[in-house]
Amino acid sequence: MNTEIKNNTEVMKPPIASIGLVGWLRKNLFSSVSNTILTLIGIYLLYSIIPPFISWAFIDANFVGTTKQECSKDGACWIFIKENLKLIFYGLYPSEELWRINTMYFILLICGIYILIPNLKYKGWVGSFLLILFPILSVVMFSGGMGLETVETRLWGGLFLTLVIAGVGIVLSLPIGVMLALGRRSKLPVVSLLSTIFIEIWRGVPLITVLFMASNMFPLFMPEGVNFDKLIRALIGVMFFSAAYLAEVVRGGLQAMPKGQYEAAQATGLSYWRMMGLVILPQSLKMVIPAIIGSFIAIFKDTTLVLVIGLFDFLGIIQFVGTNPEWLGFSHEGYVFAAVIFWIFCFSMSRYSQRLEKKLDTGR
Amino acid sequence: MQGRDLSLNNILFNRSVQGIFYQIVTLALVILAVIYIVDNTARNMVARGLASGFEFLGVEAQFDIQMTLIEYSPTSTYFDSFIVGLLNTLLVAGLGIFVATIVGFTIGIARLSSNWLVAKLAEAYIEVLRNLPLLLQIFFWYFAVLRALPKPKQSLELFDSFFLNNRGLFIPDPIFGEGGTLILYSFIAAIIISIGIAAWSRQRQNKTGQTFPVFYSSVGLIILFVFLSLFATGFPVTFDYPELKGFNFKGGIKLIPELVALTFALSMYTASFIAEVVRAGIQAVSLGQTEAARSLGLNQGQILRLVIIPQALRVIVPPLTNQYLNLTKNSSLAAAIAYPDLVLVFAGTALMQTGQAIEIIGMVMGVYLLLSLLTSIIMNLFNRFMRVAER
Amino acid sequence: MTTELMIEMNSVHKWFGDLHVLNDVNLQVSKSEKIVICGPSGSGKSTLIRCINRLEEHQRGQIIVEGTELTNDSRSIERIRGEVGMVFQQFNLFPHLSILDNCTLAPIWVRKTPKAQAIDKAMQYLKRVQIDDQAFKYPSQLSGGQQQRAAIARALCMEPRIMLFDEPTSALDPEMIKEVLDVMVGLAEGGMTMIVVTHEMGFAKEVADKIIFMDEGQIVEAKSPDDFFNNPENERTKTFLSQIL
Repeated sequence: MNTEIKNNTEVMKPPIASIGLVGWLRKNLFSSVSNTILTLIGIYLLYSIIPPFISWAFIDANFVGTTKQECSKDGACWIFIKENLKLIFYGLYPSEELWRINTMYFILLICGIYILIPNLKYKGWVGSFLLILFPILSVVMFSGGMGLETVETRLWGGLFLTLVIAGVGIVLSLPIGVMLALGRRSKLPVVSLLSTIFIEIWRGVPLITVLFMASNMFPLFMPEGVNFDKLIRALIGVMFFSAAYLAEVVRGGLQAMPKGQYEAAQATGLSYWRMMGLVILPQSLKMVIPAIIGSFIAIFKDTTLVLVIGLFDFLGIIQFVGTNPEWLGFSHEGYVFAAVIFWIFCFSMSRYSQRLEKKLDTGR
Repeated sequence: MQGRDLSLNNILFNRSVQGIFYQIVTLALVILAVIYIVDNTARNMVARGLASGFEFLGVEAQFDIQMTLIEYSPTSTYFDSFIVGLLNTLLVAGLGIFVATIVGFTIGIARLSSNWLVAKLAEAYIEVLRNLPLLLQIFFWYFAVLRALPKPKQSLELFDSFFLNNRGLFIPDPIFGEGGTLILYSFIAAIIISIGIAAWSRQRQNKTGQTFPVFYSSVGLIILFVFLSLFATGFPVTFDYPELKGFNFKGGIKLIPELVALTFALSMYTASFIAEVVRAGIQAVSLGQTEAARSLGLNQGQILRLVIIPQALRVIVPPLTNQYLNLTKNSSLAAAIAYPDLVLVFAGTALMQTGQAIEIIGMVMGVYLLLSLLTSIIMNLFNRFMRVAER
Repeated sequence: MTTELMIEMNSVHKWFGDLHVLNDVNLQVSKSEKIVICGPSGSGKSTLIRCINRLEEHQRGQIIVEGTELTNDSRSIERIRGEVGMVFQQFNLFPHLSILDNCTLAPIWVRKTPKAQAIDKAMQYLKRVQIDDQAFKYPSQLSGGQQQRAAIARALCMEPRIMLFDEPTSALDPEMIKEVLDVMVGLAEGGMTMIVVTHEMGFAKEVADKIIFMDEGQIVEAKSPDDFFNNPENERTKTFLSQIL
């Protein structure tokens, strides 16, 4: 028996080269020859991109002023963005009525923040408000009626228009998507077949063709004299397109539900619709919320396509003001600005969905 | 004993009857809606004097297209323009898929690197490109990058044969003279021999356990054969180099800036999604697999080849094909920068000229639906093959 | 009579970050010796055996396997791994290969054994663990107990001189534990040098030459089974025994 038993009570520290900053550097950046080379290449890349960008975007940039002449050549001309801010955010919406948009923006912001703060109660109510009451309110606020002046949709533009299209797309596509998913999973062959065909058609074609179809063909489908607003045509197209993708997401959730849930619900005598509404859908929708948010992000990015049928969304306006002879040559600033705004929106939604996913995974 | 009671209640509440009833109602509603739409459409078309039918496909198109892979002129028919657009779409999709796969796999693997900087850079790439609209990226590449390139006189050049300027990318055009076919045959012969070597090596390994460096010897063989044949025929391959004549380049192959920008944008964007697919696939192979393989004494290369990659590919291929399909559909954004793809040429120009929205948009959607269907079928076959292999 | 020293660990230390997971471990294993290591979770027992085949790297001290010291030299690592077989808690069979292919993979690619020979040997070992009739099935088609027995056969196909077991029965349903333990007993009776991390005290009593109790990275007690169960010296050992027996 030559195994020594020690009662080692002295606390020993690990070798220096393996802990702390030095250890971390050794392990993660310089652990081998090839790794060291890669690290050096990476540092070089960062060095050649970041400092020049920072000096262009901030140090040499022009923030103050009102005309093109005040822009120096080597920095970013943010004056260009500043001067066109109203167009970029609101399009051609009459200035006196902007308060209507701003009010709704504000309400949306408050609700958004409320939902994002963790551990607050009544989020379900806020969410339902956003999905049901808020849209109805917005329609009146934005287009007119009930004592408010009418503002034609062709005046809508910029970030405002982007949010409208994305919002409508999201809000309307969810119920349609759920119906389609239920239809596809139905035991009735006719319903299932029709749903499947419908879903696969919309999913199989690019959004541009859908928008072209909406733009060119919808007027033909309606009886003579019924004139469809261009925006409404686009909205219908976006709505069906997103609904098809959402339908697949929801279907995934329905499929992932354990069979036992269906069986237990049926065993208590619930009818089909009660079973779906009270037991299955609440659970499965909650399960696929991260994927639904993913679809929302995609819809948000896709709104930029309405540019192709002549609607001036956020990107469209930036593209447009870049061609204004007064501000020629500043397309870079426009794109960087657009990129930053879009990225902030999409990245935040994506992070939020990742956080949700973690929470849903562990806290079932 | 349950009687076959034909009372009304029994019929009303009979589940099969209900099912049939719902289906009949649904079908009727759908048919009614379709009839309504078709009726309106027919009326509207008459009222607006729009033609219908597919005869227009045989009519002269009377417009020119900036880039065509086949012979085309304004006297070609609308159908020809359809084909040109389709080929241009397939071209940009093919190039895009090729580049996106290479970039995507590289970034996906880099994301898992043990080098912290490399992994973070890859993560930054993915998070930035995934969260920006594709259209914005296309505009960026086209307006901010390609349009900002120098004029032909001051092109960026490589080896005096590749030129990049704001008129496009110019590359040498290989012209195969006499003996070109011999080179092709020897290339094919080299490939066949390589396959033979692989089979022989497999047999030998089964018998004696010895391995043979099949990959390197095949590559070497192909290079050797091609060189020998080039030598034997006196290097009959000449290149038509692009040359600056006046304000522009003549000769060589010209890749228009729209194509270059679109390919870059599509590739970089899709690569960020492919990178995530690849990363998920590799991570799906549990750590225990690597540990078990290491305990058995397999070296790193063997572990990758025999254990990790086969398992990762199973997880990667379905979403990867989905990304390829997305890329192809996204190529329709070409319309925004005037690259003559199927949508711009046919559903754009041709539609504007003939007004036959239904036929044209129907044909275009049909093409994409066909591509989607093809992809679905291939995916199903793949899944079935995988399942068979594991039974 | 000197028995061959298979494994020697001298003053081995290992840290995970700041956590001192192996604290001055000294161990000597002779040929055909069967060692059982037990202890609370987090005590470092898995880490100890994983250091023996270099799945983990020790930072201080020496580990010598059959006369070869374990360092960062990849050739010596590979040679040692050929002599040391390991069986995992989660089996870790390769799901895309049949059971037979699982067993022949390493002999073919590491030992360069001709295929027919590899198959013969594999069938022998599969027979020994009594699943030769499942040779052409895939891991997903086997029960947990069958999979673990296949994993044991896979490790045996490399004809190792030492077998390491990392909680081999912890992931199994109770009715399948016995079939795996029976195989391990058979292996032990055949003279294999074995180090087994487990909570199965019945197995330890039957088979072990020495039982080691580890706690917080240290070897606290190391005795023959009789002494271990009847005369534990250390307080921590006593507490642990009272919890699991």
